[in-house]
Amino acid sequence: MNALMREWQRYTPAERFGRWAAYFIIVLALVWAVRGIEIIPEFLTDAPEQMLDLLARMWPPDLGHYHPAVHQALIETLHIASLGTLFSFIFAVPLALMAARNICPYAGLNALAQLLLVTSRSVNSLVWALIFVAIFGPGAAAGTFAIAFRSIGFVGKLLAEALEEISPGPLEALRATGATNSHVILKGAWPQVAPAFWGVALFRWDINIRESAVLGLVGAGGIGVVLDDAINFFQWDRVATILLAILVIVILAEIIVTKLRARLI
Amino acid sequence: MTNGAVMQGLVIRNLVKEYVPGTPVLRGINLTIAAQGITAIIGPSGTGKSTLLRCINQLVEPTQGEIRLNGEDLVPLKGRALRLARRRIGMVFQEYNLVERLSVMENVLSGRLGYVSFWRAWLRRYAEEDIARAFELLEAVGLPEQATRRADALSGGQRQRVGIARALMQRPELLLADEPTSSLDPRTAIEIMELMTGLATSARIPLVVNIHNVDLARRFAQRVIGMAGGEIVFDGPPEKLEASHLRQIYGGEDWL
Amino acid sequence: MTASSLRQRAFPPHWGARAAFVALALYAAYAFAQLDITAGRLAIGMGEAGRFLGRMWPPNFARWELLLEGLLESLQIAVISSALGILLALPLGLMAARNLSPWPLAMVTRGFIAFCRSLHYVIVAILFVKAIGFGALAGVAALTIASMGFIAKLFAEAIEEISMKQVEAIRATGAGFGAVLIYGVLPQVASRFVGFSLYQLDSNLRNSTLVGIVGAGGIGGTLFAAFKRFDYDFVAAILLAIIALIFLAEVISGRIRALLR
Repeated sequence: MNALMREWQRYTPAERFGRWAAYFIIVLALVWAVRGIEIIPEFLTDAPEQMLDLLARMWPPDLGHYHPAVHQALIETLHIASLGTLFSFIFAVPLALMAARNICPYAGLNALAQLLLVTSRSVNSLVWALIFVAIFGPGAAAGTFAIAFRSIGFVGKLLAEALEEISPGPLEALRATGATNSHVILKGAWPQVAPAFWGVALFRWDINIRESAVLGLVGAGGIGVVLDDAINFFQWDRVATILLAILVIVILAEIIVTKLRARLI
Repeated sequence: MTNGAVMQGLVIRNLVKEYVPGTPVLRGINLTIAAQGITAIIGPSGTGKSTLLRCINQLVEPTQGEIRLNGEDLVPLKGRALRLARRRIGMVFQEYNLVERLSVMENVLSGRLGYVSFWRAWLRRYAEEDIARAFELLEAVGLPEQATRRADALSGGQRQRVGIARALMQRPELLLADEPTSSLDPRTAIEIMELMTGLATSARIPLVVNIHNVDLARRFAQRVIGMAGGEIVFDGPPEKLEASHLRQIYGGEDWL
Repeated sequence: MTASSLRQRAFPPHWGARAAFVALALYAAYAFAQLDITAGRLAIGMGEAGRFLGRMWPPNFARWELLLEGLLESLQIAVISSALGILLALPLGLMAARNLSPWPLAMVTRGFIAFCRSLHYVIVAILFVKAIGFGALAGVAALTIASMGFIAKLFAEAIEEISMKQVEAIRATGAGFGAVLIYGVLPQVASRFVGFSLYQLDSNLRNSTLVGIVGAGGIGGTLFAAFKRFDYDFVAAILLAIIALIFLAEVISGRIRALLR
């Protein structure tokens, strides 16, 4: 047997140190978090019992309550989600074009668009709803704007990424024919991003259906309003009906989106 | 066969496999493979060569029949007993089937997984002698310096060498190879066949290799089995394999 | 051959797409009317928005201790719920993967995951607040359930995309189920799992700034209270702090992701 290195280690020492450091940081963060959080032991031991009690009160659901109150609120929720999604595109598309470095050559405009998109995404739709309730007063208008403003950042970011990934060849070819910038975007960029565009639109619509269901908790219209009322009056059988309605609509939306995406892309 | 002298080698009796009930892929295979020697199975694609090999180590469950390795019937085995049987059978695959994101050494050592406990496997606490043997095998297959490289950084021929080392790491009583050269260029294919047959011979274990290159089969095997339509249509030494047999196996004659 | 038929041959009209666009436009008009969003209302809203922004400026950081306390609690909620959610999602994701798990189990698990994902975390948070009382614990419970559902789905999809050839090879060595998981499955999915987990930590941080609105702990409670008292300059301070925190988290997780690649 020759003097070949017969030692085998899975990681180099540096790799091992890195792994241990990562584990250590994770454990440290967890310990800090668990110690920091106020846990009242009585609440914790009581929790399963209370949870079961709540579920028992929910059963059987008061299905009679569905029509007309819950139904109307549900339709309103759908409108908020759909309109909000449509509305967001009015701002998201120009911002995406501005943010994409291969479309818009001005670094200043790129940065400005990115800043606006990040701001839109960082504020949750529920917080946007709080802001728009303060502006428009309670109601579906606030909800629609909240959904729209939250979606701008999401849609804009994904669209900008899709735009930056398109192949430059066709754009160059169009420019070579003497086409204007708007022509280049319409006939060179759009055909390349169209599938991504529809995909993003459907994806966001699906998310917005879920999100718009809770906006009513801060007074921004939709099914959240009736949910909030039922909870405040401890009408748990009605709460169960409303939750079921939300569950059904969310699952339906997901099925529709999956079917449509398969056809579009 | 008496109580005292257990039949050594591999004995397959009346092996039938139906993926879809009523359409058998294997129609009653009877085959005895001696405890040593190289056997090549040739035949067109889709004739059940791969299924036959996978029935032997039960990656595919046979519909009926009997497969005895050194006396023990493998077909009824389940769970732990099946795993113990599998570790006695090494297998080399067409597309190498290395775990690409693990290192070469980890891939070779994965041949010991049938022997070590879950925790040892997780923490890579292999016995010293296993690691030493893994190095020996890497040297034997010509990759002494590649132990810590990731498997997906290797070329096709190198990967298949690792695949052979992994199979031999099991210290198998039988080596199976499913089209081991089909994804390789002609020269590498010959090198791999030389390596595999050489190692199997020196380890004194039988090698059963599926191969669709008739020339390679003739060159390396002591026995050739021709399959067509899920049945054995030729069984004999390579010298006896003639054009008429090949016509029977592959059909037509334009290609000859 | 006339010009119009040439045009038609070059650009065959796509009637389905046109009908869809008209339907979308009609729907938008109808829905605007239904939700009572009119030009007049928007005009009033613009004026209100101006006043609102005016009252937000300058942001008031005088109560920074309250702000910091809320942010830290949100961070703690995010860390715990991510850890618990990921831990619970590992077995669930495996059980839901149709290539490794028996199909009745996979179907049941998929149903459970879909259920977890369908309810918005704020709704789950309300239920937990009612059941186990106000405070961060309710937030942790709600976000744990949400993360579990979300990550388990991603885990299951990642596992379903692995190469079964590598798994087969490990099986052929006589390895037990656990060893097959560790050698055949884990190496193929580990880096994606880490990516998902980081992503979930990121999104839990966003969400944990929010569950306070329904009383489940974190900065959201402070924010909601400030809104209700029309303390808009404090609202502005809180919003800026939240955006900064989220932005920082995004930068850090982006760095880690780049390191892992």
